Amino acid sequence: MLSYVRRFGFIRAPQTFVLTMWDYCSNSLEIARLRGATYADVRVMHMRQRNLTTKNGQVGTLGQTESIGLGIRVIRNGAWGFASTDQLTREGVAACAAQAVAIAKASALAKKDDVHLVPEATYVDSWQGPCLKDPFEIPLETQLDLLLAADAAMHKVKGVTLSETDMQFRKIDSWFASSAGSKIHQRRVISGCGLVATSFKDDAIQKRSYPNSFGGQHVLGGYELIESLDLGKHAPQTAEEAVALHSAPQCPEKTSTIILGGSQLGLQIHESVGHPIELDRVLGQEANFAGTSFLTLDQLNHLRYASPIVNVVADARIQHGAGLGTFAYDDEGVPAQCIQIIKEGQFRGYLSSRETAALIGLERSGGTMRTEGWNRLPMIRMTNVSLLPGPWTLENLIADTDDGILMETNRSWSIDDRRYQFQFSTEIGWEIKGGKKTRMLKNPSYSGITTEFWNSCDAICNAGHWVLWGTPNCGKGQPMQTMGTGHGASPARFRNVKIGTAFSNE
Amino acid sequence: MSKPGKKRELSTNHSNAQAPELRPEKALRGIVDTVLRLAKARDIPETEVEVDEVIDALTRFANNTIHQNVAEHGLTVSIRAAVDGRTARVSTNRSDEDSLLAALEGAASLAASQPKDPHLLPMPGKQKYRPVRRFIPATAALSAEERARAVKQACDLAERSGQVAAGIFSSGQHQTVLGNSDGLLASYRQTHSAFSVTMQHGTAASWAKANAPDVRRLNPLSLAKTASEKAEHAQNPIELAPGKFTVILEPAAVLDLVGFLFYDFAATAVQDKRSCLSGRVGKLLFGKNINITDDVYHPEQLGAPFDGEGIPRQRVTLVHQGVVEHLVYSRRSAKLAHTKPTGHGFALPNEYGEAPMNLVVGDGTISLQEMIASTDRGLLVTRLWYIREVDPYEKIMTGMTRDGLFLVEKGKIARAARNFRFNQSVLEMLRNVECLGPAHRASGEEMFEMVVPPMKVRDFHFSEVTKF
Repeated sequence: MLSYVRRFGFIRAPQTFVLTMWDYCSNSLEIARLRGATYADVRVMHMRQRNLTTKNGQVGTLGQTESIGLGIRVIRNGAWGFASTDQLTREGVAACAAQAVAIAKASALAKKDDVHLVPEATYVDSWQGPCLKDPFEIPLETQLDLLLAADAAMHKVKGVTLSETDMQFRKIDSWFASSAGSKIHQRRVISGCGLVATSFKDDAIQKRSYPNSFGGQHVLGGYELIESLDLGKHAPQTAEEAVALHSAPQCPEKTSTIILGGSQLGLQIHESVGHPIELDRVLGQEANFAGTSFLTLDQLNHLRYASPIVNVVADARIQHGAGLGTFAYDDEGVPAQCIQIIKEGQFRGYLSSRETAALIGLERSGGTMRTEGWNRLPMIRMTNVSLLPGPWTLENLIADTDDGILMETNRSWSIDDRRYQFQFSTEIGWEIKGGKKTRMLKNPSYSGITTEFWNSCDAICNAGHWVLWGTPNCGKGQPMQTMGTGHGASPARFRNVKIGTAFSNE
Repeated sequence: MSKPGKKRELSTNHSNAQAPELRPEKALRGIVDTVLRLAKARDIPETEVEVDEVIDALTRFANNTIHQNVAEHGLTVSIRAAVDGRTARVSTNRSDEDSLLAALEGAASLAASQPKDPHLLPMPGKQKYRPVRRFIPATAALSAEERARAVKQACDLAERSGQVAAGIFSSGQHQTVLGNSDGLLASYRQTHSAFSVTMQHGTAASWAKANAPDVRRLNPLSLAKTASEKAEHAQNPIELAPGKFTVILEPAAVLDLVGFLFYDFAATAVQDKRSCLSGRVGKLLFGKNINITDDVYHPEQLGAPFDGEGIPRQRVTLVHQGVVEHLVYSRRSAKLAHTKPTGHGFALPNEYGEAPMNLVVGDGTISLQEMIASTDRGLLVTRLWYIREVDPYEKIMTGMTRDGLFLVEKGKIARAARNFRFNQSVLEMLRNVECLGPAHRASGEEMFEMVVPPMKVRDFHFSEVTKF
């Protein structure tokens, strides 16, 4: 064991070390109580990460990070304070708790109303996410060999000017305790990988990625994900498509039928459903940075968000799948739930916290408070915001489409700060004529207004095409926090969509 | 890892509830020395150690009240080992000797687990640095109470104006010590502060933001007043048809758009053929009124005078009178290009090489007011939002206007306009700059801070309009 510890640079925690985590939690909660906090919760988190990349057949990044610390959130004088420290000593955590209370007292200088939290039961529990093969136990050589082979398979395709691969693993242990009596330990292992081939020719850069762009696919799970994705097998075709895009015709500018591939639709859900349903945005708490939302409180149970075939849930439970938004408890100790967001096209629910639930009169938090790490405040984040599957096979959907474009793999994304108007472009498009997928199109893009777009959805593919995609890079908050979110989606068809605007110059 | 001591009574008399202080620099040097000593004892051929300490606090407000208020204090030790032409990095936030040893051996082990890198250079030796003074004790000492009082003033202004305020007031300090087994030793510390405010007036909103190493140079109330007045004028926006407009871009809008060019100036990006400057270095690419430098020594810039390997940063002219004159280089990309490094490399190992992080866009003499007065029909843009790259070689960027888009007619601000989506090549935009104003350190919300002027640009392409 010791040689392994030395080899990978981790501080392997002896059992006595693990037991002290609860001591740090209870010490800090006790200091907060003695200093007048009426509520407090604390998270000790131990986070380990390994990053591997290759570029043009050589190792790019090769590194590991490890971080452990404590963050405590308190209410004093009816206002919030938060402080964090990496000084895991009795004195360090006590000073941190005292600082959090002092900050809460400062917050109260500019307070309007006292913070109120909806009730929640207390829990003492320990949970571990699925992980068949611990990625930190797989030899580094095995991981690099896989990446370098995939890189080489792309690089030997004529016309590829840049080949890149990446693998990322995280192991996060968190110990949560609250002044109400909850004590919850969770362990989540997250794995991700992907590859991208870039081709520069004449006056254009084209790229193709597998299985998704911007880092590939990421799930709650272990090395089994990497093996299932078989990067080496998909590398040649990915590279060939990147080169072929140069000679493909440009996506036209017009109004058209589009079919979105699953990963692109996952990002469409993220931007045009996931963000606007965050209650902190709706209530103006993110107005300075992330923005607000068109889903004002009067829209709940009234707005026809989408066509009647559209059903969206925010589901953090493991039975929904092992996604980046899967856990047993959120970071304020509320159990994972399935929240109906859109039911048969009608807008039905928000992502909430104990505080925002109280502000709008909900009986209970939806359990969506999540933190990036021990030094960040939990905030409302997407869990797994997923579009439930419909009845179609992709083959039948294409056969049923007389004139349209299949767009796959995101290339750019942008949406206004109230989440009405969006524009996406994808890496590749395929023209559909007379029910058949025909020629490749380059530079595809589409744009629209959120509710008009979702109301134009007339077909969704079935569970056989449904994948719980991971978005590892969702930024929100000040200071910024990066969070992984899950989005289950299968390809779906949308009618009368504006396409090609991104590349128009008129 | 600090082991817990014997059970003791909890003390509630901690005097250090106020903001914590950075450790003395010698404490960080001590960590570097410890790692280098451990490495020498284990015959690790080359070792680099970077120790970073961060103290940050941020008071966040919305709905005219403080709703989040946070503080953090952390120290990270990042160790790179190089063994027989191979290198890897392991970071930890534990600084006891056992943890440092585990991280060091981890880095050496990771390094040895990969194929040899034929382009890996030996670590650099001792360097000379031009001193910069960017640590302001008044900023380091700023308390949560002082931030709360300034926030309260902004919230009170909003209440008096029938508006709703949201924003941040942040302050912090950072120090870094970088050393290696070849004798290099570099150190730096700085403070920073920022105030950002959004004022909502009905369904309209506007925004203002500033940042400075010296918090005494921030004027939160003045920023709140600016945002408040603009929010009032932003009401009842007219819907205009999309198309090409003359735009007057305030510094935040210039920063967030031009800033997206920063990585294109990396020699590694050009070598990898992913930069929009591939095949364009030495050519007239922008208007002759465009000058861009990277200059960490500029009086309004922040940042260490050395790069990720400890190489002194140089002032580099990137664009001179519209011509792409120079790129920035790490040691590795410089060797490949048979030139000298410019001190812009990222910490190794990495695949991105380097980038200019202290951009200074050359200025002009035309004030924002003069730009408005000289415009027959155009749009004044407060800030941009959600900017993403649509096309990497023509550098077409998309995004939205936000928090104050105003129609200018016959030299005056006529009224507010609904927000537009743009799809605009930054290369083309920098060929269409009609005039520039004085350049100052500015803040956006999408890109890091830099020194930029306001600009008046013709034929800026707006493609679609949104609902507000």
